[in-house]
Amino acid sequence: MKLMTCPVNGTRPVSEFVYWGEIRPMPDPDACSDDEWAAYVFNRNGAPGVKKEWWCHTPSNTWFIAERDTEKDFVLRTYLFGDDR
Amino acid sequence: MPWRLLRFGLSKSHPEPRMFTTHDTLKPSYDVVIIGGGGHGLASAYYLARDHGITNVAVLEKGYIGGGNTGRNTTIIRSNYLTPEGVKFYDKSVQLWQDLSTEFDLNLFFSTRGHFTLAHTDSAMRTMRWRAEVNKHYGIASEVVGPEDVKRATPQMDLSCGGHAPIQGALYHAPGAVARHDAVAWGYGRGADMRGAEIHQQTAVTGIEVKGGKVVGVHTTRGFIATSKVICAVAGFTPRITDMVGIKTPIYIHPLQAMVSEPMKPWLDSILVSGSLHIYVSQSSRGELVMGASLDPYEVQSTRSTLDFPEGLSAHLLDMFPFLSHVKVVRQWAGMADMTPDFAPIMGMTPIEGFYLDSGWGTWGFKATPVCGKTMAWTVANDKPHELITGFSLDRFRNYALTGEKGAASVGH
Repeated sequence: MKLMTCPVNGTRPVSEFVYWGEIRPMPDPDACSDDEWAAYVFNRNGAPGVKKEWWCHTPSNTWFIAERDTEKDFVLRTYLFGDDR
Repeated sequence: MPWRLLRFGLSKSHPEPRMFTTHDTLKPSYDVVIIGGGGHGLASAYYLARDHGITNVAVLEKGYIGGGNTGRNTTIIRSNYLTPEGVKFYDKSVQLWQDLSTEFDLNLFFSTRGHFTLAHTDSAMRTMRWRAEVNKHYGIASEVVGPEDVKRATPQMDLSCGGHAPIQGALYHAPGAVARHDAVAWGYGRGADMRGAEIHQQTAVTGIEVKGGKVVGVHTTRGFIATSKVICAVAGFTPRITDMVGIKTPIYIHPLQAMVSEPMKPWLDSILVSGSLHIYVSQSSRGELVMGASLDPYEVQSTRSTLDFPEGLSAHLLDMFPFLSHVKVVRQWAGMADMTPDFAPIMGMTPIEGFYLDSGWGTWGFKATPVCGKTMAWTVANDKPHELITGFSLDRFRNYALTGEKGAASVGH
C-alpha cells in the first residue's frame, strides 16, 4: 500500500488523498496576453522531475503541498502552505 | 503450410529471415527521422514508403519495437466516438484494420467481436443515445440496446452487478474488434523494412537540433543524424521530447494499468465496457481475460504497477461475473498514458518547422494505429495537415477550440 504523510494527520494510505496537480503561479489576468493566459489554462509540465504538488487529505479536508519525484513516485516531504522553509 | 513446417523441422538453423534487418550503423542523414518504434511510428514509416515513395527514413526506438504502449494496451478497436472529428477518424482506422492481415501476410488475429458499453444509470443511458445518434449520422453501426440483448450476448453475466449497479442498457457497436497488438508493430515494421526504411532499436534520442525555427538534426546515443523532418510518436515520453525543442503542450502523464487472467475455454464472445464499474474486458484468442480499468489517480512517469489495481478491478469483475471467483490473475502491467484535457489527440504540425507531433494518445491510441500512420505520412509528405486531423492540431488550445471527446472515453478517467 502506498503511503502519504499529511502534515496534520500523519501517515495514511494514499487512497485517503486527492491529487490536485503541480503548483503553477497564475499570471495577472488583466496584464497578460491572450496567449499567456491560454498557456496558463492548458499547458502542463509533463516531463518527470521533483515537483511541488497540491494534495488534499479528504477525510479532514487538509490541503497541503507535497514535493514528489514523479518518475520514482517517491515523496520527499510534505508541508502546509506557507511552511516552506 | 505442412511443407513449410517441415522445413523448420529439417533445418539446423532457423530457415527464415528475421522480421526486419538490423543495421550496424546509422547513416549521416535521413529525409525523415521517426522517434518511437511503436505501432504509430512504424505505421508512419510504412505509409511514407508505400504511399509517398519516401524510403530514406530511420525509425529510432530506445527499447525494442512494440515494447511501449503498443504492447501494453488491451487491444480494443472501435469507432463509436462522440465528436464528428473523432468518429470520422476512427472509422477510417477500423476500415484499414480489416485488411491489414492480408496486406502484411501476417495473422494479426483481428477478430470482430461486437462491443457493449454498459450503462448502469439514466445519465449513462442519455450519453449512449447521444453517441448512437452521432455514430449513425456518420454511418457507423451503433445502437442502444436493452438489458435483454446484453443477456443474450453474455448469458453468464449478473445483470444486477451484485445488486448495486443494475444494467439499464448498453451502446452496442457491432464492428468492435480485438487484435494481437505486438504483431501489429511487427507487420508495420517488416513492411517498412522491406520498402527501405531503417529500424534502429536500442537507439535513444538525446536532443533535437533546431536552427532558425527549423529542425536540422537529431542527437542520439549512437551519434548525430542530419534531417529536416522529425515525427515524434513516443506516447508517454512526449513531454521529454517536446522539451528538447522548447514546445509547451497540455500533455500530462498518468499510468494506465491492465492485467490478464489464466487462460480458459472460450466463453466471452463480446467486448464489455462499464464506465460505472471501471472495467473493460474481452477474451483473447489464447483464452485469457484481458482487463483494464481507469487511469491511476496521479501523475507518474514510469511503468510501475500497484496492488490496489488488481484488487479493485477483480472486485468489479466479480460484480459482473461471480463465477470467476477462483480464476487466477497471471500478469499485470502499466503503460504511460499521454493525456490531453479534451481526450482527443494532438497531431500534425507544430511551431517548429519540420517537427511533427503524433501524441496525446492517452488511453485511446492502439485502435488509431493504421489511420495515424496514414495521416501522419500524408502530413509529412505534403507539409500540411491531412483533412482527417485538422481538428487535432496543437493550436486548438490557444484558440480555445477544443475537440471534446470525453463523453466517449470508455471508462471514466
